[in-house]
Amino acid sequence: MSLLEVRNLSIDYLREDGTALHAVEEVGFTLEESRSLGLVGESGCGKTTAIQGILRLLPAQGRIVSGEVLYRGTDLFSLSEEEMRKYRWKHLSIVFQGSMNALNPVRQVGSQIADAIKMHEPANNGRQVEARVHHLLDLVGITPQRSRHYPHQYSGGMRQRAMIAMALACSPDILIADEPTTALDVMIQAQILDLLQKLQKELALSIILVTHDLGVVAEMCDDVLVMYGGRTAEYASVDTIFNNAQHPYTLRLLQAFPDVANPSSKLASIPGYPPPLDAMPRGCRFEPRCHRKRAICAEQIPALEAIQPGHYVACPFREDN
Amino acid sequence: MQRSDYLIRKVLFGLITLAVVVGFNFALFRILPGDPVKAIARSPRLTQEAREKLRVEFGLDKPVFLDLERLKTGDVIGAFDTQFTAYINALLHGNLGISFRSRRAVSEVLAERVWRTVVLVAAAETLSLVLGIALGLVAAWRRGTRADMGILLYALFSWGLPTFFLGIILLVLAQGLLPVGGMVTPGLKPQDGWVYWIDVAKHLILPTLTMAIIYTSSYILIMRSSVMGVLSEDYILTAKAKGMSTFRILRSEALKNAMLPMVTIVALNLAYTVGGAIQVETVFSWPGIGRLMYEAVTMRDYPVLQGTFLLLAVAVIVANLAADILYSVLDPRVKAS
Amino acid sequence: MQQLKEIGHTFLRRPMGIVGLIMLLVVIFVALFAPWLAPYDPNEKIDVEPGDLLAPPDSEHLLGRDDAGKDVLSLLIYGARVSLTVGFVASFMSMVIGTTVGLVAGYRGGRIDNISMRLVDFLLVIPSLPLMLVLISMWGRGLWKIILVIGLLGWTISARLVRSQVLSIKERRYILRARAIGASHTRITTRHVLPQVVPLVLAEAVLAVSGAIIAESSLSFLGLGDPTLVSWGMMLNFAFERAISRRAWWFLLPPGFAIVWVSVGLILIGSTLEEIVNPSLKTHHLFDPRQMMARFVGIAPKEPAPEVSTRVETEGAD
Repeated sequence: MSLLEVRNLSIDYLREDGTALHAVEEVGFTLEESRSLGLVGESGCGKTTAIQGILRLLPAQGRIVSGEVLYRGTDLFSLSEEEMRKYRWKHLSIVFQGSMNALNPVRQVGSQIADAIKMHEPANNGRQVEARVHHLLDLVGITPQRSRHYPHQYSGGMRQRAMIAMALACSPDILIADEPTTALDVMIQAQILDLLQKLQKELALSIILVTHDLGVVAEMCDDVLVMYGGRTAEYASVDTIFNNAQHPYTLRLLQAFPDVANPSSKLASIPGYPPPLDAMPRGCRFEPRCHRKRAICAEQIPALEAIQPGHYVACPFREDN
Repeated sequence: MQRSDYLIRKVLFGLITLAVVVGFNFALFRILPGDPVKAIARSPRLTQEAREKLRVEFGLDKPVFLDLERLKTGDVIGAFDTQFTAYINALLHGNLGISFRSRRAVSEVLAERVWRTVVLVAAAETLSLVLGIALGLVAAWRRGTRADMGILLYALFSWGLPTFFLGIILLVLAQGLLPVGGMVTPGLKPQDGWVYWIDVAKHLILPTLTMAIIYTSSYILIMRSSVMGVLSEDYILTAKAKGMSTFRILRSEALKNAMLPMVTIVALNLAYTVGGAIQVETVFSWPGIGRLMYEAVTMRDYPVLQGTFLLLAVAVIVANLAADILYSVLDPRVKAS
Repeated sequence: MQQLKEIGHTFLRRPMGIVGLIMLLVVIFVALFAPWLAPYDPNEKIDVEPGDLLAPPDSEHLLGRDDAGKDVLSLLIYGARVSLTVGFVASFMSMVIGTTVGLVAGYRGGRIDNISMRLVDFLLVIPSLPLMLVLISMWGRGLWKIILVIGLLGWTISARLVRSQVLSIKERRYILRARAIGASHTRITTRHVLPQVVPLVLAEAVLAVSGAIIAESSLSFLGLGDPTLVSWGMMLNFAFERAISRRAWWFLLPPGFAIVWVSVGLILIGSTLEEIVNPSLKTHHLFDPRQMMARFVGIAPKEPAPEVSTRVETEGAD
């Protein structure tokens, strides 16, 4: 039994007139203990929606249309809201994109972390909770005295680290990090990534890392799921993706990624824009921008095939064919 | 921003406002046409002695602002021997003049009646706040539902209801059920102990209710928009992700954040609330300074009018200052360095 | 102008706004056609007998008669003129002053802005009704005096509103572009900033009218109305002093209901406009979470109309 298995996840957004926009379609993956998965794609490809859906934290217009999220065998989608709440944070926690307001500005940082502990592990007394909070802050490199400070007294990088500390408060099995390094400068980015790696080793944490940055994926992840237009384009181990990518989109992504070993190689950008949700192509989502397309691509949505154990591609005209 | 800077600026502004109000008060009654103080000299209600006393006290024989004659002769101190200085001097000694009608010191009349208005306003504001916060919270949380619509409709409707007319309606409706006039049933005295105070409380019900019905609406509207703003912030999503129940989120994350602006709003509203108190005290004959002002208008008792206005203005200014200070303490984003 | 037409169209689709509009139009109609609608002329001298004073409603006097024997219905109808006049003129004054101050303060910034806002803060802190009482008492009673007092004290809200709107517009690209090509400040203000501000001011103005009407009625009720005119507030003043003990509801209640009618109508219009011009947040995070699990709730959303796939120029095939 896997730690987390997502099957056939489809999520819609309802518009004001009642029509549905398909934000995520038939996405699935497996996550094992102490492994990390990178969820990669351009803005608007549905990766944030997918992970919000997994935790059932979609915005008001979001609808989970189908799928199963099996955490150690239990389908989270079959739970009531109260039951789901017990799983949140305790087993699966999330670090949102670093924003000014992800932490409550009028409460002390320490007390916000303590909240999580008190809620899920009420057996602890005041002193134990405080000790845990200090330990967590220490873990992410923040001096424990600062637990009495307010978020506006923290720098951007510190806030992100505090969010990570808070996410680990109840020792979850799975940490989902949504673009944890975007909006931070490069030095801080490196710090955060190092921290995540260290935590993963020390705490045997499984991480789902949502990002559009392949460099981060290369460093941190064991497996990669490339999304495009709400669907899975390619899903394989990181080695396979970087050395034997098959989907045209994945190939283009890699080409757009600067290669240290070959600095003079030209950076290729992918012409065009990702499809807007209300104007999805009828067939393959990538077809309009694809360099390998055929007539049938515009008509039929390509199925996700396992071309080898653990390597899935959704393109019949992949590299090898 | 630095809290000490913030406070100093607010106190300074408060003092300037006070000074301007005092000056304005003075100007109003000395310079405008129909200058009543000059009318004192002709007022048949006062004896010759009283008139002379007033003339001397208010320095009616002296220039208004600055004695230019004396200034020219180099007598700088003497140049300030004017009506204005006399006025300030009198003010600082707590002397607000003498009522035309009752011939008592204005300050005495005010002191006697002010606590009755304070009790009324305090009761009404407390009720309005509690209801306003609760209903505003519900309306925002249940946005778009019938509860929200109902609460909004109530708020909009009471906005268009003049306070005095609501008082009249309640007075008509409550005839026979609740006391509708005055502060106590004639015959009862404070020495009668509990009975007296309960009677006062009964007389307080209708005026308080009238004001509360009207002023709750502004708190509802403000709380509602404040809560809606707060509930759409990122930290609410974080709280949800932490597994907090809706009730818990409202209580620990949303409430305090949404209520912060209310502190300064209550003080600002006070400027309108005293207007409501005047109307309500008039309708229900509640013997506070609101009714005093109404009587002074009817009787053209200008010293009382002037004194009451000054008192009310000063009270509101001070209340606003206190609210600003309180706010700076409550909001951690306004910190000392 | 285009924008105003759009707002008008949207407005007509809001039932609350339409109700308010109808309520207001009724009052305007009554005020305009008062001489034809009112059965009696309130200014006419009439011979009264003691039994006529505070007479209850009958076939000749649908709302009875007041404490001087006059027909209440006619007084009520003519009273509309005073309320509407004061309401519209005083709030027009406030809006013009407030918008000008807000525009200048927001656009110029600096010292002018500071002084203006201090002035606004100052006025906001002074209790309004006591101030108006004092001013009218000193100055004397009269329609124009009331209009001026209400108008000159009511500009603060619109000033603040306009100023914050201007501040947010000031830094937008098209303004910066206009400045870069050398457009004068007046030109920028009138051609670019003002049109953005007008819809908001309009919504606020409607609400201000109701505020002015209520202010006038309060002043009149407290005895400071224009003695030569009939106003609803003044009717209430007389009724309160003389009709309550005699239980003459027909004199006591209609003027008050009339005030409420016109105010609520204006408020409905104003808040609808405000919602159109400045829509509040659509939603927040604490909605009912059950709606998220569509299949459990059994909602089958409609499919959007089939789209033609967007064709984008691609580079040559590899």
